[in-house]
Amino acid sequence: MTEPDEPTTPTTDSSAADAGSDGGSGTQGPAAQPDEVAESKPQPGGTQSSAERSGGNGGDSLEPYGARPAEPVVAGRARRGMFGVSGTGDTSGYGGLRLPAYVPPAAERPYGGWFDEFVDDFLAALDENGIPRDAIQQITVDRGEITFYVRREHLVGVCRTLRDDGALRFEFCSSVSGVDFGEDVPQRLHSTYHLTSMTYRRRIRLEVCVDVDDPHVPSIVDVYPAADWQEREAWDMFGIIYDGHPGLTRILMPDDWEGHPQRKDYPLGGIPVEYKGTEVPPPDQRRAYS
Amino acid sequence: MSNNDSANGSGDARAHDATLHDKGLADVTTGVDTSPEGSESDPYAQYRDTTEGRVFTVTGGDWDEAMADVGGDERIVMNLGPQHPSTHGVLRLVVEIEGETVTNLRTVVGYLHTGIEKNTEVRNWTQGVTFVTRMDYLAPLSNEAAYCMGVEKLLGLEIPRRAQVIRVLLLELNRISSHMVALATGGMELGALTAMTAGFREREEVLHLLEYLTGQRMNHSYIRPGGLAQDVPEDTPEKVGEFVKLMKKRLPDYDRMLTGQPIWQNRLKGVGYLPVDACLALGASGPILRAAGLGWDLRKTEPYLGYEEYDFEVPVSNDADAFARYVLRVEEIHQSLRIIEQAVQKLEPGPVMVSDQKIAWPAQLSVASDGIGNSLDHVRNIMGQSMEALIHHFKLVTEGFSVPPGQVYTAVESPRGELGYHMVSDGGTRPMRVHVRDPSFVNLQSMPAMSEGGMVADVIAAVASLDPVMGGCDR
Repeated sequence: MTEPDEPTTPTTDSSAADAGSDGGSGTQGPAAQPDEVAESKPQPGGTQSSAERSGGNGGDSLEPYGARPAEPVVAGRARRGMFGVSGTGDTSGYGGLRLPAYVPPAAERPYGGWFDEFVDDFLAALDENGIPRDAIQQITVDRGEITFYVRREHLVGVCRTLRDDGALRFEFCSSVSGVDFGEDVPQRLHSTYHLTSMTYRRRIRLEVCVDVDDPHVPSIVDVYPAADWQEREAWDMFGIIYDGHPGLTRILMPDDWEGHPQRKDYPLGGIPVEYKGTEVPPPDQRRAYS
Repeated sequence: MSNNDSANGSGDARAHDATLHDKGLADVTTGVDTSPEGSESDPYAQYRDTTEGRVFTVTGGDWDEAMADVGGDERIVMNLGPQHPSTHGVLRLVVEIEGETVTNLRTVVGYLHTGIEKNTEVRNWTQGVTFVTRMDYLAPLSNEAAYCMGVEKLLGLEIPRRAQVIRVLLLELNRISSHMVALATGGMELGALTAMTAGFREREEVLHLLEYLTGQRMNHSYIRPGGLAQDVPEDTPEKVGEFVKLMKKRLPDYDRMLTGQPIWQNRLKGVGYLPVDACLALGASGPILRAAGLGWDLRKTEPYLGYEEYDFEVPVSNDADAFARYVLRVEEIHQSLRIIEQAVQKLEPGPVMVSDQKIAWPAQLSVASDGIGNSLDHVRNIMGQSMEALIHHFKLVTEGFSVPPGQVYTAVESPRGELGYHMVSDGGTRPMRVHVRDPSFVNLQSMPAMSEGGMVADVIAAVASLDPVMGGCDR
């Protein structure tokens, strides 16, 4: 029983990844890992120095063109009026009020804290692995957390880079969650990944935005077996299809359930509560003020 | 699945009313003869033929009869749970066995899905506390704290110091009660019934104390965005002191009763092995990860609520088996007692809620001497003299406060591991999305890795060492 004074340096090797991918779900995961490639590639220059790394677009690494404000990522829903009332019920005079949907702003240099150094390392590592920089649609820094909006084609490559690169080392996939921003929002379904680097004690968030008509996102189970059940949960609740998942079945709802309950257009259900002389409607039909 | 089955079953039953009349509902739906004549028949090792093969219902003590019927076919698919006393809740384990060796194991969850995440989206931010506290019901305060820290991060709030100290105090008390249940149910599942009675006895002490401090034994809804619902009673230090004294007297008993006991050691040592690389790949955190040798405790690595001011140690073991997890939990109880003692020392008078009256209720509601409401003076002051406070109070109670748009991820070290909240706000008075990364859910993924290749009996020990709480897992 000792107390660790220093952060230990855990490694996520392929045997563990293989052991994990056949756990949990019904079918055997392929879990093919190009580890030979990962090992033969030159180790990036230590923990702190990535700016000098050669290759790719290393020269202009301080200006990540991938981080340009691409088409806006909408993360919120537009509002009209106040008090959640529409039609003639609104006597407040605010019926004409229009509030646009929230769009997270793209961050600009300097990001502050460890983010600048990390983004340098990250973009250099992407170059080394042959992943184009516009795989990163947008970088957002908000409330001390950094979010990378990733194009879905490159998600697995980005995750593998984040896990295997010596200067990044995101060994731990903390959380995978779906978010639905509601009807009428472009690319309303978001698949959000929270990765933890235990070596450097950092957390980042990756976000992939897809349309509800084409809800395909590549599965990262090959890279992070921990994402297995959580991807199944996001499929179950939001209908995000994780391509390449070893057994994408419902996990919380019954197998023959229809619909995806946590989508915004799926009703909460519930029955009115009756009191003597009055009746309270179910929660999702009550007047909302937001 | 169960909904539809029962619906179909009762539909058939209604169609065949005569059958139902003769045999009773249980006969039709389960195939068990509950008629007076049926009581004479052998209730054990019944079977029915399905398209998948012959299915036996084995209830215990009749394993031999079932095996005799199976004949030469040695590969058996066994269904453990979801209603089984040793699966730690409504957890279903589908085990494929050859003899007594597990060749394949799949975990089925979802039997306790309550739709809490969806429900929080139609309530305001403060009401969310009452939902999340019911998820991981053995660590309600961890859920409340993580949720409230998320809301506070979205709001950009710094909560008063006294509220932080009380939160730490409650979190550690809660950790003790949760670990006690882990010992108790783990012991019960392995047949150590004295461990169960002793563990639940100690847990009861914690629950009594929590009831005294927060008003509720479980599902406290005591930690609120911005601070606490109300202050703790004045004699908190004395009450907590008595509790700590009692626990220090009783904790060595666990070492005497279990740690050195050969049966306990034989059941747990080398069982449920999960090394550190597998833990990281499978996302296992908490005692499982620490028992595998990585001292990753969010209280140390990403201190929150001022944990960096407390002097405590993170126990670590390299054995990576169920016994190491047991020893580690006992040691964590000792460390929690240390933190509790320091938290009591740090308790200084002060507010327990932020002063921002756009968040906190301006009318400081309190329970008066009659035990049921505010004093008339206070109501007179609010209603008659402070129009502003009245308006704010009304708006806060009916609408709730608005939270600026954006998203955060906050994680705390719950007794079971990393409990993370991913919360998205669209600027309204209700959450857009509350996702809970529950450690039970993620940790359960490692069941196959821990059990396959071992004995059936060790599956139970492995589940017990994971200590999943299905309320949190299925949410």
